[in-house]
Amino acid sequence: MKPIQTPQKAVQDIPDGSTIMVGGFMHCGHPFALIDALLLQGAKNLTLIVNDMGFPGKGIGKLLEAGRIRKIIATHIGLNPLVAEKWHAGEIEVELIPQGTLAERCRAQGAGLGGILTPTGMNTEVEDGKQKVLVDGKEYLLEKPLHADYAFVVADVADRFGNAIISKSRKNCNIVMAMAADNTILETRRIVDVGGIDPDMAHLCGVFVQSMTEANQC
Amino acid sequence: MLTDSKLKRERICKRIAQELEDNSLVNLGIGMPTLVANYIPKDKTILLHSENGFTGLIPAENHDHPDMDIVNAGGAPVSIAKGGVFFDSLTSFSIIRGGHLHTTVLGALEVDQKGNLANYKIPGKMVPGMGGAMDLVVGARKVIIAMEHLNKKGESKILKKCSLPLTAKGEVDLIVTDLAVMRVTREGLLLEEIAIDTTVEEVRAHTDADLIVSENMKVFG
Repeated sequence: MKPIQTPQKAVQDIPDGSTIMVGGFMHCGHPFALIDALLLQGAKNLTLIVNDMGFPGKGIGKLLEAGRIRKIIATHIGLNPLVAEKWHAGEIEVELIPQGTLAERCRAQGAGLGGILTPTGMNTEVEDGKQKVLVDGKEYLLEKPLHADYAFVVADVADRFGNAIISKSRKNCNIVMAMAADNTILETRRIVDVGGIDPDMAHLCGVFVQSMTEANQC
Repeated sequence: MLTDSKLKRERICKRIAQELEDNSLVNLGIGMPTLVANYIPKDKTILLHSENGFTGLIPAENHDHPDMDIVNAGGAPVSIAKGGVFFDSLTSFSIIRGGHLHTTVLGALEVDQKGNLANYKIPGKMVPGMGGAMDLVVGARKVIIAMEHLNKKGESKILKKCSLPLTAKGEVDLIVTDLAVMRVTREGLLLEEIAIDTTVEEVRAHTDADLIVSENMKVFG
């Protein structure tokens, strides 16, 4: 059984300087309750690993506005102008990486791999400082695993073991981020008893989840 | 030459829709490429891929109460067609990079005659991030660029050599603009079609890249 906590309790021990993966794609499948709780908790100097920074004033953007973020690793920041503003002002660090590479680097971490070889980013600025590997005559970039201290991910229905169904396009990077962090907190719309989920229908295996919170805003 | 950008977009997207193959999986980029969906011929079965995690992308069915659990790659609510399926980012980008995506249609800041593409960054001005663009261009079996022939200053966007940071090297197959359809070949950039209201001379005058004029020139638009 995984502990079920309020969002406030779930994030209370997160220290300053933590690296946190946050699931979601333009606020779809985004853990709003955990972000709000972290905002109240006050942790700062955070490194966030996200697909994007969403739109201003909502979800993850609130942490940026409150000055809690030191570094962002993302694939796209274009729809939240405050990111570029703070970046150019030298207030935060930003590392932009291709979306498929973000997913695979998370997977490498979660799956115990030393990295992945991808053709994406070859002959672009993305290859700067990275090792290239020749496999059967074709060159690939070696992309290393991405690790996080915490992952905030979402589900629709989860059982007490953390096995979960994540509906529609809310899955995005939630599943792979749950695999990559030391401590994954699942924000789910509903929690059911063990046996309440058809074992053939779960998208996320509960072994990747350390604790859960029930919230209806995600 | 068209001056109205709405008419230009319509011409470009209509022409690209003709290019899509029956029973294929296609990813349309945000912005102008999205409009290609409006012109897909009724006799073709095209499944649209949304890189955030599904196939079967269609416009939102219920405008008043959109389902915010189904969004496109720009975060706007959409719907899923019968035959579509949801998946996570790993599967989505396996489809893209693994060569399972037939065609991707993307906008561009610059393209050059070697098929190099720059569409994600203007250093010092606009650095939104590449999102899924680098994976799409490297992975899709066919890469079509949808863009206006000239930039806002009236300069050619089709160059001998890209000046902006590249999204990918040598991956572009076809460029469709309001003036011309050009194919990237080993010999160089082949001008295959010109718009109904232009001439080969005018296209040349508005194109920085070297053009090989097809012996089988067609007219579109």
